[in-house]
Amino acid sequence: MPQIGSFTLLLGLALSVYAFAAGLYAIVRNDDRLSETARRAGIAIFLAVTAASAVLVYCAFQNDFSVAYILHHSNRALPAPYKFAALWSGQEGSLLFWCWLLAAYGLVLRLRHKVDTRLVAHASVVISAVQIFFLALVNFAAHPFALVAGTIPADGNGLNPLLQYPEMVIHPPMLYLGYVGMTVPFCFALAALIMRYPGEKWIHITRRWTMVGWLFLTCGIFLGSYWAYRVLGWGGWWGWDPVENASLLPWLTGTAFLHSVMMQEKRGMMKVWNMWLIFSTFLLAIFGTFLTRSGVVSSVHAFAESDIGPYFVVFLALTFAVCAFFFVRNRSHLESEHKLESLVSRESSFLFNNVLLLVAAFAVLWGTLFPVLSEWVTGHKVTVGPPFFNKVNIPIALFLLLLTAVGPLLAWRKTSTESLRKNFMVPALISLTVGALLVAFGMKPWVEISYFYALMTIMLSVLVAATIGSEFIRGGQVIARHNQSNVFHGMWLLTRRNTRRYGGYIVHLGVIVTMIGFAGVAFYQNTEQELGFGDKMSIGPYTLVCRSYTQDDKPNYSSEWAILDIYKNGKQITTMYPEQRFYKASQQPATMVANRSTIMEDLYLVYTGKNPENGRPIIKAHLNPLVWWIWAGAHLILVGTIIALVPNMQSKRKKPGPRERARALVDVESRAPVEAGND
Amino acid sequence: MRIGRKMLHRWAVVMMFASTLLLMGVAGDPTGQRFDRLGHDLMCQCGCGQVLLECNHVGCSTSEEMRKELKLSMERGDKDDVVLAGFVAKYGPTVLSAPTTTGFNRVAWIMPVVIFIAALTAVVLVVRAWKNRGPKDPPDNSAGPGEMDEFRRRAREETTL
Repeated sequence: MPQIGSFTLLLGLALSVYAFAAGLYAIVRNDDRLSETARRAGIAIFLAVTAASAVLVYCAFQNDFSVAYILHHSNRALPAPYKFAALWSGQEGSLLFWCWLLAAYGLVLRLRHKVDTRLVAHASVVISAVQIFFLALVNFAAHPFALVAGTIPADGNGLNPLLQYPEMVIHPPMLYLGYVGMTVPFCFALAALIMRYPGEKWIHITRRWTMVGWLFLTCGIFLGSYWAYRVLGWGGWWGWDPVENASLLPWLTGTAFLHSVMMQEKRGMMKVWNMWLIFSTFLLAIFGTFLTRSGVVSSVHAFAESDIGPYFVVFLALTFAVCAFFFVRNRSHLESEHKLESLVSRESSFLFNNVLLLVAAFAVLWGTLFPVLSEWVTGHKVTVGPPFFNKVNIPIALFLLLLTAVGPLLAWRKTSTESLRKNFMVPALISLTVGALLVAFGMKPWVEISYFYALMTIMLSVLVAATIGSEFIRGGQVIARHNQSNVFHGMWLLTRRNTRRYGGYIVHLGVIVTMIGFAGVAFYQNTEQELGFGDKMSIGPYTLVCRSYTQDDKPNYSSEWAILDIYKNGKQITTMYPEQRFYKASQQPATMVANRSTIMEDLYLVYTGKNPENGRPIIKAHLNPLVWWIWAGAHLILVGTIIALVPNMQSKRKKPGPRERARALVDVESRAPVEAGND
Repeated sequence: MRIGRKMLHRWAVVMMFASTLLLMGVAGDPTGQRFDRLGHDLMCQCGCGQVLLECNHVGCSTSEEMRKELKLSMERGDKDDVVLAGFVAKYGPTVLSAPTTTGFNRVAWIMPVVIFIAALTAVVLVVRAWKNRGPKDPPDNSAGPGEMDEFRRRAREETTL
């Protein structure tokens, strides 16, 4: 089987070289038939890479330890879902998985070539070039089908215990779908620049692809966060680790693009800016992959140090050079059709939003790379950890929240101060009232800076919610009056008729719900104690009473867990079971957190092991306020993005009479030749 | 009257800024929180790459030892900088969870602020420049009553919800 895998990988590479060379030649020669063969070769890449991926998964299920990758990332007792997940658990397999996702995106792009045949032909050449790089990497630098030298061991080394969780089965595919998804808008943008594509149609095509990529990236980041929270056992969900930061960078620039692209669509502005935002998003996705895999920065999540870093550096440099060359050559094509007219306008708010997102991206990148820079300049490495990122990014996030509140109230071109004041007054009063109530009920922003930030976050989130709520209610009331229905039905119709705008607002609501969850970290508590039978420990309103400890032995791991009765205000509310496992194949321990999540707080218990001196078990308890809000916000973001992706509902029109029907027929016939090839 | 309102706005902005500074300045530091704060200024040296008080390494003896050292240092009455200097002397500069504000490390803190201010200033300047270069008012070619009715009809048709 490994030989079949190797062959299909080579075939995939050959096909991508053909798709690139023939596609390029066909564009230069304007040869449609050759272009069609290049397109079909592009489709065939998907079949070849799918076959290679299937072979690797098959080897995992067959316990074929002659394949070095399977030996190092699987074992006989590994449950089936994790054997499947082994495909993306190591360097070589995850690169193959990357190739497969890229081939799948390429397949969709090529199948939908009728959207605009020439544009897709150009984009197809660009995506083929990216495919050549990744397929060359898995063929020559990180081969997933490399064979074990000498005697084949009877069992494998097993999968890293930290990866043996259901969240980990789904988190990497989501993240990769996001990373790889950013390749498609990049290909369209570069193609449009190369061919000096007239009009903004490419932007319409690209925006949807970017939203899909952004959606997956967002899901991937939140799932990773959820995994870190439920699995790593340190009680937090974001550690500003270089690998986490690497996923945030393209997300920030992608978010900036999704906002600023509206200016290009509505007003023909920011063309250069948008082009470079897309380029940057793709380059940062690749750069993140480079960071994760090269060993340049140390990270708990990173793959083992390898020698593939230089290949990524060359690819990044080449990509940047190509982008810069075509930008310099065709920049006259990107001239803005309008200028900004006022600082108080929707355009300005988008511009400020973009600047803040990019400053945040810079701060994250700067903090991530500063240890390398410091070592290079001074010879000493320093650590840039959570305190730095929190101090720098929290004020930026607060500014962004303020803009999220103000932006929807601003009109395009120019907004009068009077109108802004009129629309802003009620939301501002609501926000101030909430702030005053929080202080009255005991929140003391003068005690610690984190309390101050928490208060500001909640107040600004309320401000955003109030402005969005007022937008929904105003629009809903207009429709309700027109249709003689109620305001909720009006808001439903409003959303259906402009899914992008109101879906976007729901995404903003999701963001503020998440931010409120982040604010809870200021009130975090934790405690640690040795607990024997019948012993008690307290945290916040909870009292934990140790009922017993027990053990179990399974083929893949042995485990030990505590049975703790949980009391709140003197009344037993539940029993929790924090667990510690010992994985046999990898000889590594891992914790299984017990978590009781409510809308107000999470009671998060970790069984950290036994005191080596007296053998008494140690329980660490965390009280994490408002964590539930983070995951609820993530769901809202997901729902909002899906709504924004759905096409608008057309408003009902009068049934056409015979004359209108005849005119429509003539119109359709006269447009047919023009629209041939469009979907 | 207009000047009065302007002055009032400026006064409000100054007061907000001052109260923010006051809030940040009077931030207290009760003894119970000092261990937590200093523990978050240090990194665990077991190789987990996490902040000292958040090391989740199962059976990590390094973090346990470091926490004891931190408690001892605090009980001795050492000031914050002395506590941290002691850790740097023992474990090297990577034990600190964030760059210091001395020497080249200052650049780490300065750069994001510089970029932030420069970017915002650039946006304001660009918008102002564009605004000043904007086209002059278009000639008065306002529509007559008949045309206005037609425009209204079209607007109604195109914006009916």
